[in-house]
Amino acid sequence: MDAAVFIVSAVIVLSGAFGVLLARNPIHAALFLVQSVFGVAVLFLLLEATFLAAVQVIVYAGAIVILFLFVIMLLGVDRAEDLDIEPIAGQRPLAIVIGAGILGTTLSALLVAVGGPTGAPTANAPLGDAGDNAQRLGEALFTDYVFAVELTALLLTVAVVGAVVLVRRLGGPLQPLPVVAVATEPRGADDDTVGEPDPDPDQEGDA
Amino acid sequence: MEVTVAWYLTLGAVLFTLGAVGLLVRRNPLVMFMCIELMLNAVNLTFVSLGDELGDLGGQLSVFFVLVVAAAEVVIGLGIIVAIMRRRSGATADDLSVLRG
Amino acid sequence: MLDLVWLIPAFPLAGFVVLLLAGSRLGEPRAGWVATIAMFGSFAVTVGVVVDLLSRDVHNRRSVTTLFSWVPAGDLAVDFGILADPLSLTMCLFITGVGALIHLYSIGYMHGDSDFSRFFTYLNLFAFSMLVLVLGDNMLLTFLGWEGVGACSYLLISFWFSDSANASAGKKAFVTNRIGDWGVLVAMCLTFFTFGSLSYVEVLDATDAGQVAESTATFIVLMLFVGAIGKSAQFPLYLWLPDAMAGPTPVSALIHAATMVTSGIYLLTRVNPIIADAADWVPSLIAWVGVGTALFAATIAVAQTDIKKVLAYSTVSQLGYMFLAVGCGAYVPAIFHMVTHAFFKALLFLGSGSVIHGMDGDQDMRHYGGLRKWMPVTASTFIIGWLAIAGVPPFAGFWSKDEILAYAWNESPALWFVGLVTAVLTAFYMTRQVVLTFFGRHRYADARPDEVAAAWDARIAVAVADLDAATVAVDAARTGLGAATAARAEAESAHASAIEAARSATSGDEAEASSDPEALAQAVLAAEDAVATAVTAVETAEESVAVAQAVHAVAGADHAVVSAAAESRAEVPALALDAAPDVADVADHLPEAVAARADHHPHESPWTMTLPLVVLAGLSVVGGLMQLPFTPSLKFLEKWLEPSLFGNEVHLTIGGGMLWVLASIAVVGGLLGIAVAVAAYERRRIDHRAFEQPLLADAWAIDRKVGDFMGGPGRAGFEAVTTFDQRIVDGAVNGVGVLVRRLAGVLRRFHNGMVRTYAAGAALGAVALLLWFLTRASW
Repeated sequence: MDAAVFIVSAVIVLSGAFGVLLARNPIHAALFLVQSVFGVAVLFLLLEATFLAAVQVIVYAGAIVILFLFVIMLLGVDRAEDLDIEPIAGQRPLAIVIGAGILGTTLSALLVAVGGPTGAPTANAPLGDAGDNAQRLGEALFTDYVFAVELTALLLTVAVVGAVVLVRRLGGPLQPLPVVAVATEPRGADDDTVGEPDPDPDQEGDA
Repeated sequence: MEVTVAWYLTLGAVLFTLGAVGLLVRRNPLVMFMCIELMLNAVNLTFVSLGDELGDLGGQLSVFFVLVVAAAEVVIGLGIIVAIMRRRSGATADDLSVLRG
Repeated sequence: MLDLVWLIPAFPLAGFVVLLLAGSRLGEPRAGWVATIAMFGSFAVTVGVVVDLLSRDVHNRRSVTTLFSWVPAGDLAVDFGILADPLSLTMCLFITGVGALIHLYSIGYMHGDSDFSRFFTYLNLFAFSMLVLVLGDNMLLTFLGWEGVGACSYLLISFWFSDSANASAGKKAFVTNRIGDWGVLVAMCLTFFTFGSLSYVEVLDATDAGQVAESTATFIVLMLFVGAIGKSAQFPLYLWLPDAMAGPTPVSALIHAATMVTSGIYLLTRVNPIIADAADWVPSLIAWVGVGTALFAATIAVAQTDIKKVLAYSTVSQLGYMFLAVGCGAYVPAIFHMVTHAFFKALLFLGSGSVIHGMDGDQDMRHYGGLRKWMPVTASTFIIGWLAIAGVPPFAGFWSKDEILAYAWNESPALWFVGLVTAVLTAFYMTRQVVLTFFGRHRYADARPDEVAAAWDARIAVAVADLDAATVAVDAARTGLGAATAARAEAESAHASAIEAARSATSGDEAEASSDPEALAQAVLAAEDAVATAVTAVETAEESVAVAQAVHAVAGADHAVVSAAAESRAEVPALALDAAPDVADVADHLPEAVAARADHHPHESPWTMTLPLVVLAGLSVVGGLMQLPFTPSLKFLEKWLEPSLFGNEVHLTIGGGMLWVLASIAVVGGLLGIAVAVAAYERRRIDHRAFEQPLLADAWAIDRKVGDFMGGPGRAGFEAVTTFDQRIVDGAVNGVGVLVRRLAGVLRRFHNGMVRTYAAGAALGAVALLLWFLTRASW
């Protein structure tokens, strides 16, 4: 039973990853990322990390990827990237070599080297079952690791402030929104331009 | 068939590799960022599975913090990309070669 | 007075500094007096110190005065100290004394030279260096002085450097000396390693106590001997000394006769304990090299024509005697001969300088003759010097040379014999020099072979010119004859046509009679006159042709006669002892220089030059008194030098009778040499050309062979070394730079500024790191 779930979610994760890799349209890539994230969330559930599964979905899929999509749409970077050409010479073979290297070394490190994981469990936080996972996490976080939590709070604040600073435009009061010009000519005899809809900016460029 | 921790680790390794290769191959900065997220996900998976193997909550705690930091990082990263992309729309990672020497 | 011993080198140093800064402003002659007074001051202090030492006990005569710490480099702690002991003070006495006299002499000699003050600057610097050499209390100071005198020798030899031959001579001296300096350096290093110190007191005391192994001592002595060979111009490093005569004569006197060249003997005498500890063949080697060089140089001096070159080779020869003495363990005779040699050789050199001065710079003895008439003081002092060097008793040279020969016999009769032959040769060539210079007929106004040859060439040229002119005249006359003949022919044809015209006018048809018969007759007459004139002209031309041919014949005959006479003429001798060469045939064609020389009168030198000559002559007469061999109480020099010799003086094993025999043989040999020379050059009973072999005049062609070797294989060797240095050594160094640059050029391509390239690089590095961690355990 677990194996089946694992295999299905593994397929979801990997296909999502391949999708991110190979999608031309960035919006498609974002959606593939969501798929991959969901798969990982299921795997978390399988490992009885229930809180994390939920948080994964909420934060990753629900916030980060949404943020990605906002930026994509904001900047109009939804143009397809031409995946056939590669300007930097030798980058693809090098990427393949690096990929093989990473895969080989990580697999051998994780699976082959010195007989499996050798770390000792801490006395602080023993893993319970799925039921009280959130409770245990909360206890651990806010007693043993409260300092780290405070720091993350600070980190997030800094991130927000930094983002605002990064993207503001300097100087001047708020600028007025751009007004789209509307045809206001008096109607004449040869007026079949009445009621013409505004040109749709979304129609420029195609998916 | 028993799902051992090795399966999870293998999956994590493969996912990490895919993310790394994607980072090197894609030119769109946002997609490159997404590949980074993939790598982070792989790491998270590895953490949780090892935590489960060792009976230690520390794995999940680590993932918690990774998640937070990933969020903050995405915020800043996207802010930077926006700031750059405003100047030149349609820019790819290859155009940012000012540090060429 | 002993505590003022530092003034001895300080005076010349002060003189040098003053002249360096203000010499050109002081000018002539004050610059010279500054230098001379500095030397006299130094001499006075030296005398005072000697008196002080004499008043002390015999065993208390070695004192070291440390002035300051010079090289405080850990184990090598060398002080600038002065070792005042009998040996060094003896050297100082004659260095400062003879040096002061030569400074005085130079004031007169360098009169009128534009570089007057520079000369004295160098002379004082030289004196300072020489005094440091002999007064230094350690080998490093001696070496400082050694190098200093070498440098000053270079500066002074090439004093008139605008002539590149002089500059080359200076370089040759310096380079040859340098070869010897290498030996001294090696010896110094070895001494330091053996004894841990370079100070003479420590080294010599330790050696005397027997702390040195024989092989070490041998090597040290050999290296010092190499240095001594270079500095004291023994075979094979003697080549620079004859060339060094290019310097002004006072320089030759001071440096290359009295002082610098004696440094080698001083050094060997100073380290006599080490020589005593060396292997037995080392002193023999020194003795044989010395006596061999002595004989070798004496043979060359026999055939030299330059007055200074004779003295230069004579110096090499006498230095050989000193080495012979050192090699026989006879240190006292070596020093004795050094002192007397300083007296009479300086005297001879200064005398020759006076002669050169009086003869307006001509140094060739073949042009001298009978100079004692005009230069009496120079002649008489030179004669005293001659008698001293020839070994005629009771002059100083006899006593010192005889001591050396006695010790040579003591060591080995073979050494003695070679020394004796050299002494005979010495007497011979010095007599030759004296006779050629001061006696006989004055040959300055003689026509010289090259001048006579030029005159004959001129005469032949005149005859040839006359012949050519005559030939041209003949051609011209013939041309004139041809022209006249042609003119006559023309006149005759004109005449004929005029007659024809007249005839045709009288008997011809009226139509062509356009001219007046009267006029035609006139024309005929005119034509006849023209013919007559033309005939006369032809006759005149024929006569002139005959005359020109006669002149041509005469010129031809004259040319033939002159050519025959030139071919068959007798060789003009370079040295005409009997009478002036017969040049009547070409008297008109001799160069003007010959006539200009006819009225030349040499003049005696000023008092600044003759006074030192007189003083030195006096010293050459009485100098022998310091070491008379008759009784031990008369051996003042030996008693004086005893503290410096550590008892290493060899004791003669031959008896007093044998000494008398050897002395008599030496005197007879000297007189024989004098007699042969007088017979050859004064009485002309022997043909002097038998002695003046070209090979000897060319110094056995050794200089040329060395030059050829150095220019040929030597240069090839140097070029090879240079090429090696440039290509391989520099190439390696520069190659590193080139390699780095190429490497950077390659690496530059990785900096393309692209993020993805850098990401790939980082990922690659991470993979490599992971690999290393994984495989680390298996290493």
